[in-house]
Amino acid sequence: MATGIKDKVAILGMGCSKFGERYDCDPEDLMFEAFQECQQDAGIETEAIDAAWLGMLYSNESTGSSATPMSLALRLPNIPTTRVENMCCTGTEAFRGAAYAVASGACNIALALGVEKLKDTGYSGLPARSMGPKADLWWPGLSAPGAFAQLASAYRAKHNVPKTDLKEAMAHVSWKSHRNGVLNPKAHLRKDVSMEKILSAPMIADPLGLFDCCGVSDGCACAIVTTPEIARSLGKQDLITVKALQLSNSNGLEAGHRSWDGSYFVTTRAAVKRAYEEAGIKNPRHEISMFEAHDCFSITELVTMEDLFISPEGGAGKDILDGFYDHDGKIPCQIDGGLKCFGHPIGASGLRMIYEMYLQFQGRADKRQLKDPNLGMTHNLGGFPHQNVCGISIIGRGD
Amino acid sequence: MSTGITAFGGYIPRLRLSRKSIVKANAWIDPSLAAHGKSERSMCDVDEDSVTMAVEAARDCLTGVDRGTISSLFFASTTAPFDDRQNSAIIADALGIDEEMTTLDVAHSQRAGTSGLIAGLKSAEVDGDGTALFVAADHRQTRSASVQELLFGDGAAAVTLGKEGVIAKFLGAHSICRDLVDHYRGQGAKYDYQWEERWVREEGYFKLVPKVIKTLCGKTDVSPGDIDHFVMPCLIRGARENVAGKIGIPAEAVRDNLLSGCGETGTAHPLVMLVDALQDAQPGQKILVIGFGQGADALLFETTDRIKDLTPRKGIRGTLANGTVEKNYQKFLSFTDKVDIYWGMRAEAGNKTRLTAVYRDRKMFSALIGGKCKKCATVQFPPAHICVNPECRATDSQEDYPLADSPAKIVSYTVDWLAYSPNPPLIFGMIEFEEGAKFMMQITGFDPNEVEFGLPVEMVFRIKNFDRERNFRSYFWKAAPQSNSK
Repeated sequence: MATGIKDKVAILGMGCSKFGERYDCDPEDLMFEAFQECQQDAGIETEAIDAAWLGMLYSNESTGSSATPMSLALRLPNIPTTRVENMCCTGTEAFRGAAYAVASGACNIALALGVEKLKDTGYSGLPARSMGPKADLWWPGLSAPGAFAQLASAYRAKHNVPKTDLKEAMAHVSWKSHRNGVLNPKAHLRKDVSMEKILSAPMIADPLGLFDCCGVSDGCACAIVTTPEIARSLGKQDLITVKALQLSNSNGLEAGHRSWDGSYFVTTRAAVKRAYEEAGIKNPRHEISMFEAHDCFSITELVTMEDLFISPEGGAGKDILDGFYDHDGKIPCQIDGGLKCFGHPIGASGLRMIYEMYLQFQGRADKRQLKDPNLGMTHNLGGFPHQNVCGISIIGRGD
Repeated sequence: MSTGITAFGGYIPRLRLSRKSIVKANAWIDPSLAAHGKSERSMCDVDEDSVTMAVEAARDCLTGVDRGTISSLFFASTTAPFDDRQNSAIIADALGIDEEMTTLDVAHSQRAGTSGLIAGLKSAEVDGDGTALFVAADHRQTRSASVQELLFGDGAAAVTLGKEGVIAKFLGAHSICRDLVDHYRGQGAKYDYQWEERWVREEGYFKLVPKVIKTLCGKTDVSPGDIDHFVMPCLIRGARENVAGKIGIPAEAVRDNLLSGCGETGTAHPLVMLVDALQDAQPGQKILVIGFGQGADALLFETTDRIKDLTPRKGIRGTLANGTVEKNYQKFLSFTDKVDIYWGMRAEAGNKTRLTAVYRDRKMFSALIGGKCKKCATVQFPPAHICVNPECRATDSQEDYPLADSPAKIVSYTVDWLAYSPNPPLIFGMIEFEEGAKFMMQITGFDPNEVEFGLPVEMVFRIKNFDRERNFRSYFWKAAPQSNSK
């Protein structure tokens, strides 16, 4: 394996807009909001940025194709600006572009920005969209909750879990994120919700009720990255560096080969194994201090706990109900509220997760602040359980 | 060697609309509708039409039949989904029959089923060794609160015709052409315009049908008293018995017109009743089939010993027994486009079918052809250049592998209330075939409370997408509960 980019990239600054129903904002306004915070944090002029990556999925709902709208909105100095898209993993993909550019030496300073404007559709949930002329002729016309709900029946089949038991563990996932979201002023949903209310909510796609599904939000998050050397030369201390950055895409095995039983993510397991290796992590359950998982749906978070090799196979439900991932648990997860409550503006989400890790390491997480975190991880997923892309980042202190 | 029917199949949609629900909703307009309030009528699901029903009836008919022997396919219907695009070609493709064949649509009269069948039998007589497949189906369109709405039903039936393995010998046929307009449907109209029933009975059924039977009996030297099964679709009360009595056909030979649970399936009905009779018939029995509409057709068959040896199949009996009562009349109105339902903004998404893409991958979409790797024997869907088996990865190694008739089961599923469906909730899941192929597909025909992983399913040919803007529909396969009615 290649040596990777461990400690070759430092985060110079980050910014994140308030997530939510930003009826007051164009995507360009959201970009400006997040970028302004990021730039002030980094302490650099726009002219110091050598290259930029824009992550955005629904171009028709946001700013159209290409990265030029970002170059316009931020008045970037005619630098290479690239739009990337890898479904809901787009934010991590944008970060990867900037991080690799810096790690390779092609750039001194690079910007990664993810944005999504989802509340101009006129309805709740993600916009319905074509999967391409061929897939539309045979794919079942699924919704995202419907596709992810498949995990639940397959997980029940594999581990022989009664439907009600699984539903309770899923409810705890959402209950915990709602509690965390209350503490986050930038979160979309900031309301404590009772287990009873979660369990009795209207069904969206069986067994996923309303509270098993994450918020659909407008928002933007961004990062300015550089090398540790340059960061220090700019006067930065207590560097936050990238320990690992990995991506994995499906190749059709899940969707078309019987070796996959439908109850887990092939890509998450592949990406996180490589990430642990890149970061030098041997025992994640003991070495990871905190993480943000891609909790688009409660069941996704549940199975992901096992796919990240933190909970034992078939044991995620128990860990969840034991409070292992709660704010005061052994490894807090979705400390910022997660996709569930911080919100899920697709292109921004991967960067939003890294933003929370970054704040935690800097001791800037206010009421959410954890004590002495060592390693933080983000898990960003795009697509559907049977066909997807997973991005993992591991972030830590640079020294 | 004599020509005749070599196999049969039938299809009555699973959904049965309670006639009480129709009466209940419409009695304020016409209390006399209550006279027809017994039992149920068959109704297409929202993803069914004449073509999909024809495919299902034909599949049933082809149970145990080598599809390579089919040399022609006739499709009779007055409710075909396409006015200009050969519907029989869609059916032939779905059945995966080799394209070196004759296809023909027959339409424009309730008599299309029988007139087409006569033409099919006559062509089989002169056509050497090939087998002809004759399918009739109707998805009936009626006005709300009409008697027809209560008495009509949707359905399909199919027969194969040839000289090898004849189960019912074709003894002869006779036709009368007479432009008696009992009803008509002008170009572009959605519904029939009906004339008074009493006139149709007196001048139509009572004069034309006896006449055509007499001539046929004379031609074939068969006495009406020797008829064992008298197949005469007619909704007028007592008309069938009256005709039989007039001409000397035994009263016990008059076949039930399947009003109960089904209703009259239009062009398909003579064949639907014929298949029902064949499922009953003993060797050596004579079956007389009548078609009516702008004249009359009469066909005479005699069953052979081989009828006992026919591979078991569902037929009309089997599919009729496999019904689910629907009491929601509003649902029927919606399925037949009579109410303007608010489906939400998700239903606005464009649905333009790229005809080039459909054509390119037509085998995959029409006949559910997957790929079987010649190197590792992995069956997969969709077929691809590189084998899906991670241990294999052979390139361009796959041969066609049809999956439509393979047993399968549900691996995972959901009941989706968010995704747009014209018959919500959308149920879909990962379906795995016995041979190992699997893919995510729509599940149809399940009660949302009964769907569960591990359940066996079978493939059914259904409408996949409606493009109302361009008046197009595309077809694909869905997973339905395994029927045990064979």
